[in-house]
Amino acid sequence: MPPLLRMQDIHKSFGATRALRGVNLEVEAGQVHILAGENGAGKSTLMKILTGVHQPDRGSIEFQGQPFRAHHPKEALLKGIAMIYQEFNLALHLPVHANIFLGHEHGGRCLLDFTAQRQKTRALFERFGLDIDPDVPVGRLGVSQRQMVEIARALSVNAPLIIMDEPTAALSKKETAKLFDVIRALQKEGVGVIYISHYLEEFDEIGDVVTVLRDGEPAGCMPMSEAKPETIIQMMVGRKIEELYPAHNRAPGETVFSVKDLNSTNGTRGVSFEVRAGEIVGVAGLVGAGRTEMLRALFGLDPSQASEIAVKGERVLRPTPRALTLRQVGLLSEDRSGEGLAQYLSIAVNLTLPVPEKISRNGVVSNQRLHELSTSLMREMNVKAESPGQRINQLSGGNQQKVALARLLGAGASVLLLDEPTRGIDVGSKAEIYRVINRLADEGKGIVMVSSYLPELLGMCDSICVMHNGRLSRKYPVREIDADRIMALATGLSEDEALGATA
Amino acid sequence: MEGQSKTRKSAGLIFKLAGKLGPLLALIVILLVFTVIDVFFISKGVSNMKFLTPGNFSQVIGQTVVIAIGAVGMTFIIVSAGIDLSVGSLVAFTGVTSAWAITGLLKMQCPEALAMLVGLSVGLMTGAAVGLINGAAINLGKLPPFIVTLGMMEIVRGAALQWTNGVPIYGLPDSFRALNNAGLTFPMMGQTIQIPYSLFFLIVVGVAGAFILRKTIFGMQVYAVGSNENTARLCGVNVERVKLFVYTIGGLTMGVAGILHASRLNSGQPSEAVGMELEVIAAVVIGGGSLMGGEGTVSGAIIGAFIIKFLRNGCNIVGVSPYIQRIVIGLIIIIAVYIDQLRRRSASASKG
Repeated sequence: MPPLLRMQDIHKSFGATRALRGVNLEVEAGQVHILAGENGAGKSTLMKILTGVHQPDRGSIEFQGQPFRAHHPKEALLKGIAMIYQEFNLALHLPVHANIFLGHEHGGRCLLDFTAQRQKTRALFERFGLDIDPDVPVGRLGVSQRQMVEIARALSVNAPLIIMDEPTAALSKKETAKLFDVIRALQKEGVGVIYISHYLEEFDEIGDVVTVLRDGEPAGCMPMSEAKPETIIQMMVGRKIEELYPAHNRAPGETVFSVKDLNSTNGTRGVSFEVRAGEIVGVAGLVGAGRTEMLRALFGLDPSQASEIAVKGERVLRPTPRALTLRQVGLLSEDRSGEGLAQYLSIAVNLTLPVPEKISRNGVVSNQRLHELSTSLMREMNVKAESPGQRINQLSGGNQQKVALARLLGAGASVLLLDEPTRGIDVGSKAEIYRVINRLADEGKGIVMVSSYLPELLGMCDSICVMHNGRLSRKYPVREIDADRIMALATGLSEDEALGATA
Repeated sequence: MEGQSKTRKSAGLIFKLAGKLGPLLALIVILLVFTVIDVFFISKGVSNMKFLTPGNFSQVIGQTVVIAIGAVGMTFIIVSAGIDLSVGSLVAFTGVTSAWAITGLLKMQCPEALAMLVGLSVGLMTGAAVGLINGAAINLGKLPPFIVTLGMMEIVRGAALQWTNGVPIYGLPDSFRALNNAGLTFPMMGQTIQIPYSLFFLIVVGVAGAFILRKTIFGMQVYAVGSNENTARLCGVNVERVKLFVYTIGGLTMGVAGILHASRLNSGQPSEAVGMELEVIAAVVIGGGSLMGGEGTVSGAIIGAFIIKFLRNGCNIVGVSPYIQRIVIGLIIIIAVYIDQLRRRSASASKG
């Protein structure tokens, strides 16, 4: 019997860039096929060719034993290949059910059958064990619920092949577990799944086979039972990453940043903590626990009341982004495209926005200084780009994040508030960013690092706080806390209960 | 495949060039086309040279300066991802206040030079003040610029009409009339060539605007606010202050435009310049400005203004009806933005 999908010897170039060179992919019915690789390795391009966004320069595709070619995503969907995109494609003003059936509505020629759509939507959510009201406008849902709507949409067409692009990036552990249950159910029904992810530990849990791409070429394909995490990383980056998290042995100095009793309108409740020079403080918690909100309130981006925010012992009376920038506090946004970087402006402009005085004389920009400062920052962070004048949106996610981090360095920040610094970037870039963060801490900077990825927090931080429902736990030295206890605190157990949970 | 990628590459290059020089090329093409048509008519003995003459050019320049100067201010606003619909009303209103102050002072036996100085300042300050109010309302009320300036369009028009009781203000001195009617004259090839004074105003405003937008920290912050307001805020840019300045600069240039427009009409006309905002916005957009913000140049906007006016003028001379002219200009706006989109798409496709 032929496989469900067979892509053979796929080639694709964009101008001078050769995005794919001789890539093969075979997916059996009822198989979860992991597609792994660094950003820019060609995973997205391969999937875009499959779903008809791009046409291959060379190569053949067979689907269900027939030659297959789609000219646009809708055609691919109608022929049975559904894709769940990493970026949401939802109409925020429309209710959930309308989003799920957008483009294949139930009803007659002109009238919609809302009742049928609602019922089917409920039935779909029941498969997840989820309770989302089909009539709520999607704009009012949280990120993880939107992800579920996106997934439900792909399931609604009963496609024999479903592609999932980092579906768990915005999901909590519990929701991820639910999603995996759904995937296993689909597997039993004979649906093939192509699963793209950066989370290595997910591969083992859900995958049957893994294909790794590197620089647009096939780097290996093997059953998951034979693939060890180290092997996969090695195939992805083409070299060994001995220590993803750099070893550290620091003695934190004096307190450089402290908050007492921070409350904000967006749900931060009575948060107090201190960061010392040369200390990385991790903030763990579930999605929606209020970690981003806490950082935003701290940085003056959202209205807040704190009895005291102090930088290096000096109290900040009115915390605004400008006031904190001037006191050498910097925030790295979790939302690179929406907030962190101006996507259509150059790298140089993005790098120097917080420090106009460094690139100008009497308010007039000196192109030479602009160029020098941005070039040196780009070199320091190893940003791969044509020139400082290149637009941000032409860079890969990892390089964009390096630019965002370089901007904090350029502003001379001595306290860094990092919100999900490695979200959605490839392993190679991650390792580089870990090294930089570690070096900054060694240099005596105070760092707050929010992350949903526990191994990263445990590997990088000197101490960890856990956030639950807008409240922050006390600071635990990293040696005294483990993943189980963090999860217990994150789900709202008290300290004693959390201790009991691990005992 | 090799050939395909080569054509792609060269197409990309053409688009890249077109993006930088597009508006200027379009202007040159328009000038060439009308010159050729004109020459064709001459050869048929139908008419004399009409289009490519110093007289006609200085005429068009005089007509263009008003919207070109307005477009300089509008570029700031559009780059910051805003819009200003109160332009036409404001041009009328500043013309009216300026004319009112000058004629009033002259009646009080004030020396003409002083009356002019005060009168022009009143016009400029009226413009800046209305712009400041626009910016403040957008900031304080967190209102969309479209709504605020739509309201302001009505308010300012009403104010101009109320101020004058709907009657134009006449009796302006020759020095005022000269601003946008007279010019430096010198003989060349047996003809008298006039460079209108108003062109110097445009040059001053244009150079100042381009300098501020491209070379200063403030200008960079305008682009940043327009490209991504959240990023700007994150980087400690005082977004509200930037917007306040942007609309004030916009209002100030509308003041200059209003004075020159009144000079051209030799009166303060409260019902003039209706719909001028659309022409000004069109000039910015033809010149490469994006209504989404973050993109646009002063030079592009000025060239855009000349494209619109030379197109009108050329059509007039060739005998195309004013109705058809509007159709042509509408098409040009859409085509200009379409070409810009193509260019952008080819630029983002090449990233791979």
